[in-house]
Amino acid sequence: MTSADTTLAYTATEMMTVVSARALTSADVCFVGIGLPSAACNLARLTHAPDITLIYESGTIATRPSVLPLSIGDGELCDTALTTVSVPEMFRYWLQGGRITVGFLPGAQIDRFANLNTTVIGPYDRPITRLPGSGGAPEIMTHCGEIFVTMPQSRRSFVDKLDFVTTFGHGQGGDHRARLGIRTKGPTRLITDLCVFEPDPETKEMTVTSIHPGIDRDQIRDATGWPVRFAERVAETAPPTDVELETLRDLHARTRRAHAADT
Amino acid sequence: MAQFMSLGDAVAALVRDGDTVAVEGFTHLIPHAAAHEVIRQGRRDLTLVRMTPDIVYDQMIGMGCAAKLVFSWGGNPGVGSLHRFRDAVQNGWPRPLAIEEHAHAAMANAYAAGAAGLPFAMFRGYLGVDLPAVNPNIRRVTCPFTGEALAAVPALRPDVAIVHALKADRAGNVLIEGILGVQKEVVLAASRALVTVEEIVDDLGPRSPNAVVLPGWTIAAIALVPGGAHPSYAHGYYRRDNAFYLGWDDIARDRASFTAWMKTNVLEAGPDAFAAHRRRLAVAA
Repeated sequence: MTSADTTLAYTATEMMTVVSARALTSADVCFVGIGLPSAACNLARLTHAPDITLIYESGTIATRPSVLPLSIGDGELCDTALTTVSVPEMFRYWLQGGRITVGFLPGAQIDRFANLNTTVIGPYDRPITRLPGSGGAPEIMTHCGEIFVTMPQSRRSFVDKLDFVTTFGHGQGGDHRARLGIRTKGPTRLITDLCVFEPDPETKEMTVTSIHPGIDRDQIRDATGWPVRFAERVAETAPPTDVELETLRDLHARTRRAHAADT
Repeated sequence: MAQFMSLGDAVAALVRDGDTVAVEGFTHLIPHAAAHEVIRQGRRDLTLVRMTPDIVYDQMIGMGCAAKLVFSWGGNPGVGSLHRFRDAVQNGWPRPLAIEEHAHAAMANAYAAGAAGLPFAMFRGYLGVDLPAVNPNIRRVTCPFTGEALAAVPALRPDVAIVHALKADRAGNVLIEGILGVQKEVVLAASRALVTVEEIVDDLGPRSPNAVVLPGWTIAAIALVPGGAHPSYAHGYYRRDNAFYLGWDDIARDRASFTAWMKTNVLEAGPDAFAAHRRRLAVAA
């Protein structure tokens, strides 16, 4: 990508979505989380990864939605899928069976080892804020070949200690996954609106490897609830190209029209 | 053999105070009209089971039907929180709600185990997470062949399963197409099944030999309720009302606006109100 490919201004969320999309390839079989991951996965499919297999936990396999679904089970996903299986089959044969190369999850609370909390803020028995809970995430995180997580970065969500471990990323780091008998890679990329993190090869602590244009290290430190580490060599993320931005904006515009049509 | 009944008679015959009731539908085919009927008939102390207690359980919990909830993801999909569910868990309104919390893989396997007549479900899961520490129904079993420790949860065997489906023939055989969720498993796992359908036909029509058909003798009661899944949807009949899901956030945020909405649209309405939604959101033939 050269600077000539980028002439349009873009938002931080667009940057995050585009970088997330670039992480995927046509060879991937991808278990898609709702929200930001869904936008990123479909942007990948509409740009550089036309043959990617997208799977949603509602059982839709190789779906090609023309608009983004609001839920993981919108009719659009089934109408455009190669096949649709039951939810027990999805979790048993396809996910647990090891058929999925990458899982793309949204975050809630995250720690330095990319463990996730989507259960409670505060004590479990007397929560300050009750969150939705586990959904498919715990088993997506252990059964997919690797995991990408995408979420906006702030001190509120990037915390030193989770209130509850809903989903096990790298646990306490090091070989913690292997010690639990987990054979998959776990979180290999964490993509935010400021930068990209990857696990340190030894400690598995999520470490900044690429910083988005116009962002400095202090902004990243200010938005992270632990002493953030930077890799020895940190790249500058290539900005979104006009093609990426226009494709993403068209997708969002189609989606807004479709979801508002019934009011 | 399935009995054809009005929705009111079917709920009166099958759902009792204190029952364990699974209202299922994974985004698709959620039996909202039947849930409204349970609310109107004032059922109490139910243990509600559902993988994704979305708007349908927000309404039942907010109206005080439930003593306990067994679930794996409690949110308004793509929108945000379930405010009535949160109010019940955080503040005990309108009454305290006990919870038994799982992950999707556990619930899906537990329904399949219930359908298969097994006492528990086994799968590879719950590794490294905190849920087993707060849910004593999550345990481990050791594989007798490899020694691997696997997750185990009790089978789900609800007293009553309530699902929506596309159509029934006059013998009470029921066709389900599109996103299947756990509809087949929950019906076969339950002691009694209530199915609402979009239409009743002489013949289920052209279909694959592998189409999901629940034979009439697996179902206790069938009620004809066109549009009965709204704001969920019925494949080939009408679309998901995504605008309603977005709008629910405001309605449910506040106890007074929720109560007023339920009075107008549930307590003082009936299953016939659902047909208008089906017309408005109809899929072009």
